[in-house]
Amino acid sequence: MIALSRRYHFPAAHVLRSDAFSDEENARLYGKCSSLHGHDYGVEVTVTGPLDASGRIVAPERLDALVREHVLSPLAHTDLSEHPLFAGRISTAENVARVVHERLAGPIERETPARLLRVRIQETRKNGFEYGDDR
Amino acid sequence: MVRLTRSIEFSTSLRCRRGDLSDAENERLYGAAARTHGHNYRLDVTLRGEVDPATGMVFDLAELKEILEREVMGRFDHRDLNTDTPWFEKDAPTPENFAGVIRSLLREALPPGLLDRVTLHQDADTTVEIVEDPA
Repeated sequence: MIALSRRYHFPAAHVLRSDAFSDEENARLYGKCSSLHGHDYGVEVTVTGPLDASGRIVAPERLDALVREHVLSPLAHTDLSEHPLFAGRISTAENVARVVHERLAGPIERETPARLLRVRIQETRKNGFEYGDDR
Repeated sequence: MVRLTRSIEFSTSLRCRRGDLSDAENERLYGAAARTHGHNYRLDVTLRGEVDPATGMVFDLAELKEILEREVMGRFDHRDLNTDTPWFEKDAPTPENFAGVIRSLLREALPPGLLDRVTLHQDADTTVEIVEDPA
């Protein structure tokens, strides 16, 4: 299996808060993440597929354009906790990885010969989250 | 089963050029990558196997180091992929194709079944991995 990964980033704010809990419980569960803050989210998109005549899985600029259109433009410089794409979902990095995967899987499959294998969200240098196929 | 990874770095020049296309066609296909440029590549080589009870090792790291020195560093470090190696007359040294060449060299040089994957980081934003099928 051969796979290509490209890395991007977008700056966004968020606050972790579940309506299922009281303010005190939210503060206890999410700690300092229960107050509004932000990250420069790192996004690693990994695709797989056969090599084309140019010796590539996908032209990198085509993948870049899809990521820009479906992920970076809609999410950059927003508050994820208020974002429609996160309606009903708490903006944990786990859910950011799921949202990014959901946004990209269809367009990549329809508009390129490649298939989305996994998405990795690097929330900070210390915390990374992966969603998608197991290797 | 245990996996072990050794990483090396090498600096190499290249241009993405298919032998059967004109300069203008290559520039259209590969963009700026069709012009001579260079990268600080990082290569992660992952081996898999059972631990030898006599040595406590999957494979002797000193031997792996020698193989990487001979098969990768000696061939590619401070060289030009198009003019100093025989692999990219017809095909372009895209990261996919380059990772494929490295994988073939290492599969030849290592005992059968030992190679798990090669992960070639072309730059901070682009990575290609080739993962072998499960044994």
